[in-house]
Parts: sequence; structure tokens; C-alpha cells
Amino acid sequence: MNLQNILSEIEKVDGEIFDRLAHVSRRGLFSSLTKKTIAAAAPAIMASALTKAYGQSSSLPQGVKDVLNFALTLEYLEYRFYDAGRNLSMIPNDYKAAFELIRQHEQVHVRLLKSVLGADAVAEPKFDFSAKGTFNDTFSNFATFSAIAQTLEDTGVRAYKGQAPNLMPAPAILQVALQIHATEAAHAANVRYMRGQKGWITGGTAALQGLPLVVEGNYKGEENLTQAGVNLATALAGDSRVTAQMVSQAFDEPLSKSDVLALVTPFLA
Amino acid sequence: MENVTNRPETTTSEAAASRRSFLRVAGAAAVTGGLLTACSNADQTSVVPASGARAAGPMVSLPTGDNGILGFAYVLEQLEAAFYEMVLAKPYPNMSSADQMLWMDIRGHEIIHRALFKAAVGALVPQLTFDFSSIDFNSRASVLGAAEAFEKVGVGAYNGAGKYIKNADYLTLAGKIVSVETRHHSILRELQYPHSDAFAGPTIVTSDTGLHLAYEPTFVLPIAQKYIFETIDASALVSSLA
Repeated sequence: MNLQNILSEIEKVDGEIFDRLAHVSRRGLFSSLTKKTIAAAAPAIMASALTKAYGQSSSLPQGVKDVLNFALTLEYLEYRFYDAGRNLSMIPNDYKAAFELIRQHEQVHVRLLKSVLGADAVAEPKFDFSAKGTFNDTFSNFATFSAIAQTLEDTGVRAYKGQAPNLMPAPAILQVALQIHATEAAHAANVRYMRGQKGWITGGTAALQGLPLVVEGNYKGEENLTQAGVNLATALAGDSRVTAQMVSQAFDEPLSKSDVLALVTPFLA
Repeated sequence: MENVTNRPETTTSEAAASRRSFLRVAGAAAVTGGLLTACSNADQTSVVPASGARAAGPMVSLPTGDNGILGFAYVLEQLEAAFYEMVLAKPYPNMSSADQMLWMDIRGHEIIHRALFKAAVGALVPQLTFDFSSIDFNSRASVLGAAEAFEKVGVGAYNGAGKYIKNADYLTLAGKIVSVETRHHSILRELQYPHSDAFAGPTIVTSDTGLHLAYEPTFVLPIAQKYIFETIDASALVSSLA
């Protein structure tokens, strides 16, 4: 990660960034870091720079704020889910490290988004992880817990993806969103794998993911075989190495904000 | 910094880590040319010309702007697809059926990605020729390590290039692909270091922000270049990015 580039990118969007970073002068920032530490420290500095540049200012476009608050709501949901499940005896020892890491990531995602939004951050909602009585053993049965985790992560990937174009006016924030999006995909694949599923989404039904019908909507649209106007299953029909299932797996499909909100509403108390 | 258990690697620099893992599989560049997809001999990792030293291949200049970013992605997808084609053309001894299914799935995905980009920018960026002679295809660990390194750079490349894309449809398309590359990477990490936090541990996802890797094209191309016979020139692309 190149810090100079990040700040230059922000500067293109917000020409006054270095004024906003009043006490973090360019020279001071770089002289305080050795080359060796820059790569490791850059993300934290970037978060701080984004906050200082946009957090308490009105310069962030409303559309970008809306996306960040939407993402923050989803991150709150995920964090509270994993935090409630933390260290419960129903989680097999083999998977405790994975779930603890995922919990920590969702926690720092919340922190990062809140810091960027500043006073514009939405308040944390109250959650109901029974989803209005749909699940009666969320935190006592690992099969239920891990199934919900998979669904939340797969859906989180789709939700971030759907919002990427709305972040184009703020390239630095778009990149942060893409990086969070990838983290959610890494979580999703691992949870799927521990459940005996493939790491990638096959087709557009819950059953194909080893999940109950109640989460069918979370996978709707994933059966898509056409990208950029080309039906790739048809186009590659002569290649015996490629199947239609693989075509659906090879692309994760976006979900609209309204679709995602409808899907997570049962989890809101 | 949180205490993370079973951490298989500790580094302070993800860029350095990436370079190292690529160097591990790269080795000294032995020579090749020839079109991998046309290579029918499963015992070869490439078509090797007579001389020992690798001559610079023909120059391929990436276009500017969005076409250039798509061309950049096409280069990486060609590399990945060719690698997995080789993994299955030259399977390591005692490859389990589970492993074989995994490689076939990933190979399929990368062939599909390659076909998509070929349709988009195949007129601007040619089919490339690859040299995987530095990778030991007889070793499961070597193949896993190389695959993991390719996927890692692919994820970082898409994450770093997304902000340069001007067409929203292309951005969405790149987004549809990057999460699948990340799924590959996560599973390959799990296979390398089972039941740990390696799939998204601190060498992959920064602990204090939860951000996955992002690499600039100028960081990615020299890494990919080690496996490509042709010389990829991205100077026009890079100077066109804003």
C-alpha cells in the first residue's frame, strides 16, 4: 500500500484535504515513519486521514454517507451476532479461532465506518437473532449458528457489491469499501467450508448452499449466467472443463439496498 | 493488537510478504515461450526454446483508461487460468478427489473470467504465453503455495484498481469477480493452514481496520511479469489513471 498515492487520491476528490489534515503535515507524517513501517501502518493512517478529511465536514456527498450508514448497519448486525456467539461451548474448538477473527473484523469495520461518518453515523439498532422466532437455537446449536453466519456473510458480500457504484465520487472510500467487501468474502468462504459447502455460491437457491428455504431470498439472482450481455454458459458450451454451475459460481451477484434491508429486517428487534 | 492464535505467519509488511511468497515460487527465470494452451505435453510446464537464457518477449502495451484496466485484468485472468490448466494437466502424485474437484472448480472459474475479458478486450490485448517452470507441479505444497500467491495478488489487484474504473458497469463486473477470487484465496489458505485464522489473518487482513489487501497496478505487474514471456508495458495505462 502506498501512502503517498492514497493521499494523492483523496486530494483529487477533496482538494483541501491537506488543510483539513491541519496538524498532520505532509512532511511530519512521512518523517515520523520509516519505510519499513509504512506498509503496516498505512491502513490505520488511511482511516485516520479519511476521518479527518471527511468525518466532521460536509464535503462527503450525501450518497456516500448513505452507503456508509447502510454498511454500518450491516456491520453492527454481524458484530453483535458474533459477539453474542463468542466463546460459546457449542462452537467446535477447530473453528473458535476463525469465529474470533471474524468477530474482531466486524468490530473494527464498525469502528472504521463510525470514524469516517463522525456525527452522521447511525445509531446501533437492537437485534433479534431468533429472526422473530424463525430460529430458536441460534446460540445453542452450532448448525444453526454457522448457517446464519454463512447467510450473513454471503449476503454482506452481495450488499457491499451493490453499493460500489454509489461510492465512485469518493475513490478513496470506494477502495476501503472494496477491501471490506473482500474481507467479508474471505469470511463467507471459510464458514461455507467448515459447513461442508463449497467456498463459492452455486446457483440461486438456499438448498444449493445447504441452507433452509427461509433464506431463499438471500441467494436469489445468484443463478445468473449472463455477464456483460454474454451468456457465458452458452459461449463456453464447447469447453468440457466448464459447466453452467461453474459459470454461476464464478461471479457473485450484487443485491440492491432495498433487497438487503428486506432480508435483514427480521433480525431487527 | 489482538492476540491471534495459530498464526502461521508473522510479517509486518503485507507487500513484503507477498513479494516473498512469489519469490518462493518464482525462482530463477528459466526460459520459455510457446503457447501454453496449445501445449499438449503434460510433462512440460511450458514450451522451452533451445537456449538457456530467457530473451525478452514481444512488447504488449496495455491500452489507457477503462480498457487498460480491463486489459490488466485480462492479463491476470490469463495467468491464473493457464496455471490451473497446468495443475490439472500435470497433477501432483496422489491428488485426492477432493483436491481434484477443487482445482477443477477454480480452473473453470478462471477460464470463464478469461473468456469474459477476452470478449471485452481481446482485440486490444493478445493471448499471452506463460512460463511456470519455476513451480514444482509434483508437490502439493508447491502448487497450493503458488495458487495461494496468485489468488492473493489477484484480489489485491482488483481491490486496488476498482477506484480507477470510470464505467459503473465495469466496476460492478470487477466487483462480481473479486469476491470469487477472494473465496478461492480463503479456501486455499484454509487448506494450507487448516483450522486456524489463516484465511483472513493479519498477513491478509489488517487487524485494526479489517481491510483486505489492495495493490496498485504498478505493484502487481512486475510480480505477474515473472511468469509471462511477453513484456507487459503499462506505462500508458498508468499515466492515464486519475
